[in-house]
Amino acid sequence: MSDKGRPEEGGNILMGSCPLPLTNYQEIVLAHGSGGKLSQQLMQKIVLPQFRNELLEPLHDGAVFSIGGARLAFSTDSYVVNPIFFPGGDIGKLAVHGTVNDLAMCGARPLHLSVGFILEEGLPMNDFWRIVQSMREAADAAGVTLVTGDTKVVDRGKADKIFINTSGIGQVREGVSIDPKRARPGDKIIVSGCIAVHGIAIMSVREGLEFETEIASDTAPLNGLVEAIFAIGKDVHVLRDPTRGGLTSALSEIAQSAGVGMLLDEASIPISEEVKGACEILGLDPLYVANEGKLVAIVPSEDAGTILSAIRSHPLGVDAAVIGEVTADHPHFVLMKTRIGGSRVVDMLSGEQLPRIC
Amino acid sequence: MKYLDEYRNETMAQKIVGEIRRIITRPWVLMEVCGGQTHTIVKYGIDHLLPDEVELVHGPGCPVCVTSLEMIDKAHAIAQRPDVIFCSFGDMLRVPGSEFDLLVLKSRGADVRVVYSPLDCLKIAKANPDKKVVFFAIGFETTAPGNAMAVWQAYRQGVKNFSVLVSHVLVPPAMEAILQSPLNRVQGFLGPGHVCTVVGYEEYEPLAERYHVPIVITGFEPMDLLEGVLMTIRQLEAGTAVVENQYPRIVKREGNKVAQELVNKVFEVCDRKWRGIGSIPKSGYRLREEFREHDAERLFDVGAIDTQEPSICISGLVLQGVKKPHDCPAFGRQCTPEHPLGATMVSAEGACAAYYAYGRHLQAEKKPLQPV
Repeated sequence: MSDKGRPEEGGNILMGSCPLPLTNYQEIVLAHGSGGKLSQQLMQKIVLPQFRNELLEPLHDGAVFSIGGARLAFSTDSYVVNPIFFPGGDIGKLAVHGTVNDLAMCGARPLHLSVGFILEEGLPMNDFWRIVQSMREAADAAGVTLVTGDTKVVDRGKADKIFINTSGIGQVREGVSIDPKRARPGDKIIVSGCIAVHGIAIMSVREGLEFETEIASDTAPLNGLVEAIFAIGKDVHVLRDPTRGGLTSALSEIAQSAGVGMLLDEASIPISEEVKGACEILGLDPLYVANEGKLVAIVPSEDAGTILSAIRSHPLGVDAAVIGEVTADHPHFVLMKTRIGGSRVVDMLSGEQLPRIC
Repeated sequence: MKYLDEYRNETMAQKIVGEIRRIITRPWVLMEVCGGQTHTIVKYGIDHLLPDEVELVHGPGCPVCVTSLEMIDKAHAIAQRPDVIFCSFGDMLRVPGSEFDLLVLKSRGADVRVVYSPLDCLKIAKANPDKKVVFFAIGFETTAPGNAMAVWQAYRQGVKNFSVLVSHVLVPPAMEAILQSPLNRVQGFLGPGHVCTVVGYEEYEPLAERYHVPIVITGFEPMDLLEGVLMTIRQLEAGTAVVENQYPRIVKREGNKVAQELVNKVFEVCDRKWRGIGSIPKSGYRLREEFREHDAERLFDVGAIDTQEPSICISGLVLQGVKKPHDCPAFGRQCTPEHPLGATMVSAEGACAAYYAYGRHLQAEKKPLQPV
């Protein structure tokens, strides 16, 4: 030890001292992919300036544009989940659902998908077969066709078993305009079911963190649920599937993009007892944990009841709830009334959500 | 959630707050010692519920925050070695040392792993006999038994490739340093519930008496904190200064004897440097000589690393409750959890990080936030 002995009496121990700042990461760190602030910074500082255009600008789940009179949605996503098989799903299923859902969140009917596989040398053929079969089942269930693809194999150690990219196009419904900018003061915020399930299911089987639980991923195609919402003919302002970064990162992003505030009621946010328990033990905040089969709908107040009933009558929406509303107050910020009647701001996820020590 | 929802109840909260309002006659400054308590306070907006007369200041009880820069640099020196698997509690990964943090080292190829228990490292050590597995043993008295157990098991089972980098700190010496300071404003303490689960609260009794300050050993749920505040205010209003136990469902006066025996078998008390505060005599644990084979500081020869901490932020003052996070001009601007300037911003349990996570930087900027 190199302790310098007893501090001088009085003032000396009160000298504030702290480390030099890390002004910027010089390498990519994992948190750049967490869906929170670092991801946003990476986009804003490096990617967006190179490609700036009006379709990319909204940074929504997909781009919406017209070709020959047809309004199309186009989206892409890559999947690197570890482990590749997990309770409730696998990387293939996730890859189909993810892009289907991104298209659905644009108000589109997903139609065709592409798939790109990056395979690590040594991946058991049987695993690959299971994944591909699972993708076909997922595509059938979602009513999409896989129409083009590519496969690359890299040296052992240069990838982790299998990475998948899927892109997709869909046709946007007549008269539908889904845009985060359309969130308006007075609108109600609906979440389609219990949050934080996927993230906790994955955590439960991560190496070194295994814990016994019945929690299975909620990965599911949301286009059927979106179909059910539009079937009642009401205007929906915003749809979003809160994946990485969780519910509150998604809501913060919408609040910032629409220049509105939001007020949530903590007690009304549906979270299962099992997930609550796992989050307590792991020191995680469920509001920031990933979902793969849930959507957030921001809808006019007068239609909220009807839309909520429509969501609840769909098998994927039985636990849906109104969790708050859009406000003119505190623009750009999401406030939450806490369970005990206090209040706090809920911000985007900052860095990766790391388990706390005690 | 059974056994937890009862402690997060709005009606009950209003009742306790009402009682605090009824008995309080003048302003009082209380310090909650633990980072976990700070976290609950800002997470649930407890300080906003309390009457204006109660000022809560946040104490030094965030183990990640107070781990010295020097120790972080030692950890980084070890983690960079190709023969090492470096294991740590999760929130230590983002703490900046002089040059980088563990996340950066990981991105450069170091084998850095998050564990929930030091005993998991033993499993990793057995599975990787050609590697040296090092656990960063930080924390207060709370984490000491688990860390001691890992060392004890490694010693007994002869797991030679497992070692610990020990940077344990103790609460009572830090509380005493705060009380001795001429800048001290703290009039009552919400004591560290989980620390006392292990060590009991006998050693807090002389502190309460010597400095005439009430100490209420307090839990971590919203109702615990509110009740802890009520009990402390009751004492202050009555002019008493004794140790009380708000957390009897967990804490006993004598603590956990079995855990204490194990800790004493493996560790001995030493002087310890605290980040943002400086060296405090007899405020830490180090491994006893008998366990030197498991002492990473010796094994990897990092004892000579002696980093001085530059004085550029007020985290030391925040850790001692002299300043609030938003008193710092850098708070929420140059200093954020992505780019922490100070120790208190790096761990989720740090006062600055807790304030940041729950939006206090927005309120500090005086954006047009409306109260709920």
